Amino acid sequence: MNVTNEMHIRFLSKSSNESFARSVVSAFALELDPTISELADIKTAVSEAVTNSIVHGYRRESGMIYIDAKITDTRKVIIKIRDKGVGIENIEQAMQPLFTTAPEEERAGLGFAVMQSFMDEVKVKSEPQNGTTVTLTKQIVALR
Amino acid sequence: MLNTDYQNDTLTVYLTGEIDHNRAASIRATIDSQINALRPRTLELDFSRVSFMDSSGIGLIMGRYRSVGLVGGSLSVTNVPDGISRIIELSGVNTLGVLR
Repeated sequence: MNVTNEMHIRFLSKSSNESFARSVVSAFALELDPTISELADIKTAVSEAVTNSIVHGYRRESGMIYIDAKITDTRKVIIKIRDKGVGIENIEQAMQPLFTTAPEEERAGLGFAVMQSFMDEVKVKSEPQNGTTVTLTKQIVALR
Repeated sequence: MLNTDYQNDTLTVYLTGEIDHNRAASIRATIDSQINALRPRTLELDFSRVSFMDSSGIGLIMGRYRSVGLVGGSLSVTNVPDGISRIIELSGVNTLGVLR
């Protein structure tokens, strides 16, 4: 599996950047001619991960969010979304559907469930006080 | 800006564009102030013009189910486009019996 294209962005953890981030990543994936539904899956999963970094990683503080995305010759899109926020103490618990630490903001607790359902692979690396990295992988089906 | 319509005890809210965490707070505030002012028997959330929605939209639906319930009304979610039907199914909000 060889990487044929890559891009890197970083932006402030402002919620107005949620739409910026998902639009940039989905535009990057266009090279593989994804279906509308594959593109919507990527947009939604990126939006969930970036929102998690803003709402949970940095809480009300301001910080940087980094996205590194790659395209491979096997038609995979690999998207790494990283923050330097508070980290996740218990990843298994955080990934449980309906678990949320921000019910007052009407967070449904579905972020990871959506990422897992819309992408082929979701990896989470986190350490308390050391930030969180979420890696999302999607196989784009070849044109029929 | 949200277009809304109130007749026959039904408050209809026409949601548009992309619903994410950034937009959800202002949509929530607008709808809740109308719920409290009008105390509708039914709150209808019309999704026909929504082009994108992440789980913030699910939080918005569940929260309005509660807030209209507090004034004795019920929620109805209508015209869900194909593009967002998957996240709605995944969320299980249909178990609330709100989908029309």
